[in-house]
Amino acid sequence: MTRDWAVPLIHFENVGLRYGMGPEILRDLTFDIPRRSFQFLTGPSGAGKTTLLRLLFLSLKPTRGLIRMFDRNISSIPREEFPMLRRRIGIVFQDFRLLDHLTTYENVALPLRVRGKDETTYRSDVLELLKWVGLGERINVLPPVLSGGEKQRAAIARALIDRPEILLADEPTGNVDPPMARRLLNLFLELNRLGTAVVIATHDLSLMDQVEARRMILSQGRLDIYE
Amino acid sequence: MNELRPREQAPPPQQRRAEMRVRPTGPIVPSANVSGHALMCVIAIMSFLACLTLGGVSMVRATAQSWQSQISREITIQIKPDDGLDMEKALADARDLALTFAGTKSGTIVDRAATARLLEPWLGGGLDLDELPVPRLVVITIDENNPPDFAAMRKALTETIPQAFLDDHRTWVDRLVAMANTTAMIGTGVLMLVFSAMVLTVVFATRGALSGNRHIVEVLHFVGAEAGFVASEFQKHFLRISLKGASAGGLLAALSFAIASVWQSQTLATPETDQATALFGTFSIGYTGYLGIFAIILVIALLTTLTARLTVMRTIYEIDLIRSDPGRTDVFQG
Repeated sequence: MTRDWAVPLIHFENVGLRYGMGPEILRDLTFDIPRRSFQFLTGPSGAGKTTLLRLLFLSLKPTRGLIRMFDRNISSIPREEFPMLRRRIGIVFQDFRLLDHLTTYENVALPLRVRGKDETTYRSDVLELLKWVGLGERINVLPPVLSGGEKQRAAIARALIDRPEILLADEPTGNVDPPMARRLLNLFLELNRLGTAVVIATHDLSLMDQVEARRMILSQGRLDIYE
Repeated sequence: MNELRPREQAPPPQQRRAEMRVRPTGPIVPSANVSGHALMCVIAIMSFLACLTLGGVSMVRATAQSWQSQISREITIQIKPDDGLDMEKALADARDLALTFAGTKSGTIVDRAATARLLEPWLGGGLDLDELPVPRLVVITIDENNPPDFAAMRKALTETIPQAFLDDHRTWVDRLVAMANTTAMIGTGVLMLVFSAMVLTVVFATRGALSGNRHIVEVLHFVGAEAGFVASEFQKHFLRISLKGASAGGLLAALSFAIASVWQSQTLATPETDQATALFGTFSIGYTGYLGIFAIILVIALLTTLTARLTVMRTIYEIDLIRSDPGRTDVFQG
């Protein structure tokens, strides 16, 4: 696949979104997510961070405006093609969304399994990634037995396993203590160094202060960007 | 992830081997949960009831057909006594004349003793037939598939023996045919009702069981699974459940018929069995009945699988609908 590195991964132009007949949650958002970039998305509770992440993850369609992803206008993409686009995006949900009946290994391998890959082709990759996120000893453990930090790392590993071009993480340090938050942040930075664009939605100021990175601040539905 | 390096030192080889042992990959849809067991029970019960109804209706139809066929295998020639009529000769002539027609098989004259026995319930015992003008009967068995020309036979008999009257049992046969048809129609109606109830129960029970797995559909959808993949995973799961449930119900019904049939054959000529046989016929449902049970099992399995597929596709469609119309969701406010 040839990629024009100058073209941003994601481009928003005058994007607005409202739920039903309510007020606009997001207003006139215009920004780019460049390839290999690292940014924090922050703002007070209720500012629309999760909604913006859902727009970035193709889980919502804007009420107005233009969104281009991977150099394609998403309003002209047929429904059947969305799974293929989602495969290029990794998402870490705030509530993890791990399947309780699958082990850590099986949860992390799930994106590869749904792509129809044979287990022998990805087994070693999954095990290596689990060790990389510090879960090498917990491969056969079911999520209800994992701690909050372990669940968080399993969810991150699942988002990373297929080498996404962009990783979206919603409050990834919301359930962990400061040392674990620092460890997770290092993990995201290492991932970014390997070429993945990263967007971390958080309102943890201490986390953001640890890294010199672009800050996207949402307030009352509007976005300010500090490079 | 070849570029990713372990953050810690490699453990000793023995420990490493133990770490790498992964349990056999489990199914994406959990194989057993409460709603799955409940669905299997519902399917087994509905399958059992549907198979019992199917067997019952086929038994009723067979019994009705046998009534109709038994009576239509015979015709009766009745000869009324008359002055100067040699009754015995007339009976023999009537039998011989009837047997000349194609489609007749044999003829039997109901003798005086048998006639007296027939009348005993009304006229009492010790009846002297010479004292009363009692008609006599000749019973002719016919080929029911190739019956004789009754009109020609009636005409020939009347011309030869004016006192003879041919009864082809048409009135009885017509009544029995009407009764048999009514019985079969009622049976078919009951069968249709049970089938409708089965279809609705299976559909709603499957949808209920699936609603408990909606989070799995969502996760699969969000990790990039195509709708067809998600649907096929659920289809496989529900096909297994429905085959187990439907087979259990169907086999139980087949076993019930087999046991009833064995019981009937081993207790022949007892009052209980005679009464049961008179009411229901034989409990044997034959190979067509067992084929019907097998067909019901397949229909239930297909129905459940199809419902699972449609429900999963609908769930994914709803997720996409929320995507295209944010007003449909009241969660996810950041």
